[in-house]
Formats: sequence, structure tokens, C-alpha cells
Amino acid sequence: MTLARTLDEKLASLYRAGKIPGGGVYLGRGQEALSVATGISLRKGDVFAPLIRDGAGRLAFGETPLEAVRTCLGSPLGPMRSRDGNVHRGKPREGYLPMISHLGAMISVVNGVLMAHRFKGKTDTAGAASIGEGGTSTGACHEAINQAAVEKLPLILVVADNQYAYSTPNTRQFACRSLVDRAIGYGVEGHSVDGTDLHACLRTIGAAVERARSGRGPQMVVAKLLRLCGHGEHDDASYISAQLKNSPAGRDCMEVAREELIGNAWATTAELADWQTQSSAQVEEAVAIAQKDPQPDPADEGWCALATKHLAEGFNGAP
Amino acid sequence: MSITYLDAIREAQARALREDPRVYIYGQDVGAFGGAFKATKGLAKDFPGRVIDAPISEDAIIGSAIGAAIEGFRPIIEMQFADFSTPAFNQIINHAATFYWRTQVPCPLVIRLPSGGTSGSGPFHSQSLEALYAHYPGLVVMTPATVEDAYSMLLEAVAIDDPVIFCEHKFLYYHLKAEKLPEEAMPVGKARIARFGRDATIVAYSAMVHEALAVAEEMAGEGTELEVVDLRSVKPLDTDTIVASVARTGRLLCVGEAFPWGGVTAEVVARVACEAFGLLDAPPQRLNAKDTPIPFHPNLWSTHRPTARSIADAVRNLLRL
Repeated sequence: MTLARTLDEKLASLYRAGKIPGGGVYLGRGQEALSVATGISLRKGDVFAPLIRDGAGRLAFGETPLEAVRTCLGSPLGPMRSRDGNVHRGKPREGYLPMISHLGAMISVVNGVLMAHRFKGKTDTAGAASIGEGGTSTGACHEAINQAAVEKLPLILVVADNQYAYSTPNTRQFACRSLVDRAIGYGVEGHSVDGTDLHACLRTIGAAVERARSGRGPQMVVAKLLRLCGHGEHDDASYISAQLKNSPAGRDCMEVAREELIGNAWATTAELADWQTQSSAQVEEAVAIAQKDPQPDPADEGWCALATKHLAEGFNGAP
Repeated sequence: MSITYLDAIREAQARALREDPRVYIYGQDVGAFGGAFKATKGLAKDFPGRVIDAPISEDAIIGSAIGAAIEGFRPIIEMQFADFSTPAFNQIINHAATFYWRTQVPCPLVIRLPSGGTSGSGPFHSQSLEALYAHYPGLVVMTPATVEDAYSMLLEAVAIDDPVIFCEHKFLYYHLKAEKLPEEAMPVGKARIARFGRDATIVAYSAMVHEALAVAEEMAGEGTELEVVDLRSVKPLDTDTIVASVARTGRLLCVGEAFPWGGVTAEVVARVACEAFGLLDAPPQRLNAKDTPIPFHPNLWSTHRPTARSIADAVRNLLRL
């Protein structure tokens, strides 16, 4: 969480300095507890489809800060090799799926990976997909949860109900009491959690992952929290009311976690400060490396979208 | 024994399932029912657990196929009708088509689209969407016109490491017959000269190849020799074979069953105009369906799409230019 928050803050400062190509930075501020709980509850061999506010979950699932920074800076040495940027990064061979922008689309891809695991006879894996409350309004999300339920797949759908989809409040997004009420309609198990509470998120998501893994079918976890930033760094989020910011959902999960750690004497202030120092060092090192990376050269780009090279038409290579 | 175009598609799938453990079939009603057109008849019984009924969720069907493909499987997806692939358009063009480019991980899946018009099928069960998919980088688009190509190209589609849109024509399912399945095939990406001639070239694909051949046969009786090029795949598009044919005949008519704005026929004419303008003795022509939704009533439908009669009229016009 500390590393993710530190990385986000660095990316925001690089954005303000005009160092991010394409101009977009999307942060997970306020969602680190939920996200890290998801990433950490999975293990090698599982599959994870994070969304835009999952910097913490990505790191917990095995991404390095350097891979994140390289993608954001558009480095050809990053996992997406300058072809895709910012939050659209992943390593599919390691079960870490690179999101497309269209919300809800990743969930059925996780289903497909889990179907493939089943075909291969692997029965102890699970897959998590993140979605926001806004994304639950898509047809793709509906189709995918239903598909997972029909196939009884070990899918964990983690819904970050962060009160706003860009600027659209929940009152304009859905009309049910809570999104978790939808679980029964899909025939899947539903769980609610306070998304600002790391301990609760670890317990709830950890249990959901184990339930999925043990064959109980898809699990839907709905976490209530507040996005403590704009949709992207271009957005000042002035539409979020002070009342909501001061409500329990508006608590900063980092502060909640620190208080619990210190209150229970699970960590000392000095240890927390040390974690922060280490995180800052890791992030600074990653940025220093990535900033020295070469820029992508159009002349080195193969400009071929097909794996089957001989079927490419060569439009772009022609003089 | 004769084998229909539909039999060839079923046999190709049976062979793919038999020979490649990575292959599975997923789609609506494809299991015990055997598919809306019976293209998977008996396969669920012969290959237990590998021919799977899907909910009516085209987006999730393709999304899950992407997930399985990147895990090393070779899904064959049956869309019940080509028209119903549009709810999955996002997964096809934004996800499957971009996956290899973005990640270097291949996404090998086959999407079978029962395409084109049959009498009385109306606006939502008759469309030809090859141009729509060919527009997007990262997809291969096949349009087999013969029983032999239906079989061999479907097998090749399964073997290709990229997403393949396999446009199989419903009108040909039962009408088209061959004596036996082919043992050899032309490579994907090569067009076929379906009939040689010297007076004009008709470039066609899918069901329109047979309309063009009927015109060529009819006009041969009038002393006009038409060359018919069957594109086989519209992406890649074999420009070399088209240009070589135009070099022989000097005249080009391109025929497609899809809507007229843009599309395969426009692409063919554009390429010939750009690359072989000097070979043309007359302005290149194109003939498509009308620019309206596809009508229900057989009288209207048979006028909406190109037919041997309208192609013959277009050829006679071309020969006067």
C-alpha cells in the first residue's frame, strides 16, 4: 500500500511536470486497501484482471515499480513496449491481464482463462477481476458474471463502489439498495466490506478467494469507499461533496491501516517511516532507470498486427 | 457420396477436435442440439466436454475465448448468425484483434459467422460483415466459396495464431456439393482463378462467386469470355492475382453481397486504380447490395442483392465503356 501510494504520488508529480506522454495518469488513491487485498489474496498460477485504480493490487500480484513506471513513461523496455500505456499494462503469460478501456470486458476473459485451467485439469486456481460500480452497469459485466455462474468458475469479482464513475454519482448509476443484492440474482455468493479498512478487506477477499478456489463458484465482493482523487489527474473532482468526504466512506484507507497497526502494536511509527523510506527509494530508482530508457523509434517498429507475419498485407512497409 | 458446404464445415471441426486437443467449440445451441444449422451435429457426443453450449452472451462468449486462447487453447466460436456478432464487436475488434500487438502473446481463435442472405431471412439474419471486420488490424477474414475451401480454410483458420473471422455463407450450406473432401489446398491469402477468360475480370467472393460463374457461363454462349477471380480471403486480399487478371482482360467488375458504402469491392477497385491504372481499358466497376437494410420478402430480397442477372447487366455495361 505504501509503495503503491508513493508510486502514485510520483506519477502524479511526473504528470504535473509534463513527463507523461499522452497526458493521462489515473491513480488509486483511497482504493489501495481493497486493491492490495485482492492482489495479495491471489497466488502464482492465478489470474488477475485489474482496472485503473489497482496500482496496489498490481504490485501485490507481482508487478515491479519499474514495469509500472516504464509503461507510464512509454518506454520500449516496458511490458507493453510503448504500444500501450499507463493503466493498460500486464503480463498475460503470468496471469496478469492488460485491461482494455471498455469496462466489463476483462471479466469474461478471466472466465476464459479459468475455463482453460479447467480443461487442463488445474482445479486449484482462482481468478479475480476488478470493476467499479459504474462498470457494473455494462452489459459485458452482466454477461460475464452470469457466464461464470453458469460455468461455476472460481471467479472473484471485486466491485469498488467508490461513489462516482468519473463525475456520475451512484444515484444516476443504479437503483438497488446495494450492488451486493445483485449476487443472489446471479446465483453467486455476495459479500460486503468496508473498503477503507485494510484488515476487513484482507479478511473478506481472502475468504472469497478461498471459497472460489474450493469450488463454491463465483464470489462477488462489494466494497464501499470513496475515490480520493479525480478520475484522472486532469480532473479536480470538485463535484464530490464535503459531506461525502467527511463520511465513513471518505476515510483514507492508509490512515485507517496506520492507526490499526500502531493501535495494536503490530508495527511502530519508526517501522512505518522505514517502509515509507524504502518505498520512496524503490520508486525513485525505478523512475531514474526508466527516464534513461531509449525512446521508441518508428523505424524499429515492425508495424505488423498479426502473429502470422506472412498473412500481413504490408500496407505500412510499402514505400 | 456427396458432401455439402455445411458437411465440410462440420467435418473440418470434427477433424480439428480429433487432431488437436487444444480445440474446443463454444456457442449457442452447439452442444447436444448440434447448432442452429447443424454445423456441430454429433460433435458434443463424439467429443465430450469440448463442445459447449453458451448463454446468449456474445460479448462474454468472445471474451472467454480470448482468455482460453491466450492460455494456449484454440477455441472455435459459432455465432448463431453473423448478424449476432455485433454485440461482441467490442471484444472482437478492441480486444482479440489488439491482443497480440499489445502483448506479443498470440490470441488464436476462430469466429464462425453464418453470413449472407437466404430468402425470407430479413434484416437481422442476412448480413455480410466481412468488410466491417477486415477494417480492423489484427484480424484475418476468410470468405470461402467452395466446399473444398470451407473445409481446408476452416482447418487453416484453427492453425493460424491470430483471430480469424470465418464468413461461411448460409446460402451455400445445402446448395453446394462436392464429391469428396480435399487433400490439398491453396494457401490462405491466395486468390483463385475460378474461370479463365480474356474480355473482363469479375472479382467476387463467397456466394457471389457462383453468381459470377453463372454469368460467365451464360455469356460464353454469346462469345464473351469472362475471367472470375474468387478472393477466398478478403484479408489478406490477394492484390497480385487481381492485378494479373486485370492485366489480361483490361476490365474489372468487383461484386460483393455486402452493403455498398466502402467495403471489399471498394477496396479492390481502389487497389487496382492505385496500382494498375495503366492496365485498365475502362473505369473499374463495382456491384453491391442496395443501401438499405436487407428486406424480408423474397421478391424484394432477390432484387436487393446482386444476382446473375444484375451482374450480367453490369458486365454488359462494363464491356461498352
